[in-house]
Amino acid sequence: MYDKSVRRRRAVLGLLVVSCLILLTAYFGESAGGGLRSIQRGFNEVISPIQEGASTALKPARDLVGWFGDTLDAKGDVEQLRNERDALRQEVVANEAAARENAELRAQLEMNQALGLGDYGPKGARVINYDPSVWYARVGIDKGSSDGLRPGMPVVASGGLVGRIDEVTRGSAQVTLITDHTSGVPARTNRRDVQGVVESSGAGNPNDLVLNYTPPRSVVRVDDRIVTSGTNSTRFESLFPPNLPIGRVTRIEDQGSDSQEIHLRPFVDLRGLEFVQVLTTVNDGDR
Amino acid sequence: MNEHRHLQLRLSLLGLVCVILQITLVSQLRIAGGIADLVPLVVLAVGLLCGAMSGAVFGFVVGFFLDVALFHTLGISSLLLLTIGYVAGRVRDARDPEGAFVPLFGAAVATLAWVLGYAIIQFLLDVEAPVSGVILRQTLVTTLLNMLLALPVYALVRSWLVPALPADPRRRRRRATTTSLSPLQRAR
Repeated sequence: MYDKSVRRRRAVLGLLVVSCLILLTAYFGESAGGGLRSIQRGFNEVISPIQEGASTALKPARDLVGWFGDTLDAKGDVEQLRNERDALRQEVVANEAAARENAELRAQLEMNQALGLGDYGPKGARVINYDPSVWYARVGIDKGSSDGLRPGMPVVASGGLVGRIDEVTRGSAQVTLITDHTSGVPARTNRRDVQGVVESSGAGNPNDLVLNYTPPRSVVRVDDRIVTSGTNSTRFESLFPPNLPIGRVTRIEDQGSDSQEIHLRPFVDLRGLEFVQVLTTVNDGDR
Repeated sequence: MNEHRHLQLRLSLLGLVCVILQITLVSQLRIAGGIADLVPLVVLAVGLLCGAMSGAVFGFVVGFFLDVALFHTLGISSLLLLTIGYVAGRVRDARDPEGAFVPLFGAAVATLAWVLGYAIIQFLLDVEAPVSGVILRQTLVTTLLNMLLALPVYALVRSWLVPALPADPRRRRRRATTTSLSPLQRAR
């Protein structure tokens, strides 16, 4: 009886391990439109409303935790305001959330006007999930193919570029952030037009990017702004329209050498995204 | 049979809620530069409470769900989580551990195995991601946060599963015979 149960346990374990290895091998070897990815998209069609509902339902909990963080920073005032806080907590949480959303959306509108993003058909979306892995910098949003979204579309937030659409289902989409190790954005310095490619500086670091492939003797200074370059090539068109702000140069390693590394900090707080805009229309005139 | 179905239902709901909570709430709460990760904690708790087979199957299913929901390479999370669930179950089957330190110590080991295992598989798959010190700090913070959450999560999972867990006469018998005398003493 004991031997039988041990054999059964080992058989199940072996079966599960083999299933994992088959899944891994098949997924790794298949193309972007392969069967397993279709299963992922189909499954996400089903669960994205659940995610969206959960994200909305849990928003007060997130706001409450954020509110506690702010409260801890203001230790001196806590004792004085404790009674008032208890009475007004619910109201404050709701008001703060609304005000933050309002400010965020207003800032996005201002950016649209300043950069002329209205021509690119910006479509607002709410962030509904964050990838917990340190290896991937991705977020999920509550708009999908039924809203006109397609893979490759640029995503911005107030402040600048966020990333690009990677996977799309009917009601949701996955955004690969510019800090993901698979991301590369053609960029230039705003002041001196030094061209390069903005890439991740390392997995798990949301505040550091690197401008690579710049000419060795190019003049770049700390505090220079980096923006998307768009592209002049008709053969290799950039996914990103020109002049979207990306970040500000923080330090330069091995300046002037062939391997110089220009580090920049993104303008957008990529771990605190709540609303984003997807640029759904490619404006060929700007390319 | 009914008891078995009841347990399966509860485990399914637990897995679904765990993944949804993780990706819609917990992943967005950054504390000291890191985030807590409920997934290995819940799989560990299920392994410790239900045994190796249930732990492994639960880990596999939760990992699959996580990979599908986040468009990750299928199979990676399943492989790691089924290992965590199986090992936790084997610890329970072989040692029948009691005491608060088991989920606490288990949380640290499971979290490290989950994060480092993921890193190793990424490297084996030739993912060209440069590694910075930030990852080490995040791993450490996540491990510490998970240790803080280990006992409440274990208690919640236990209270959710206990009504569906079958009585385990082997466990009661073993405890009855081992609490008073060590094997050496009994041999004399």
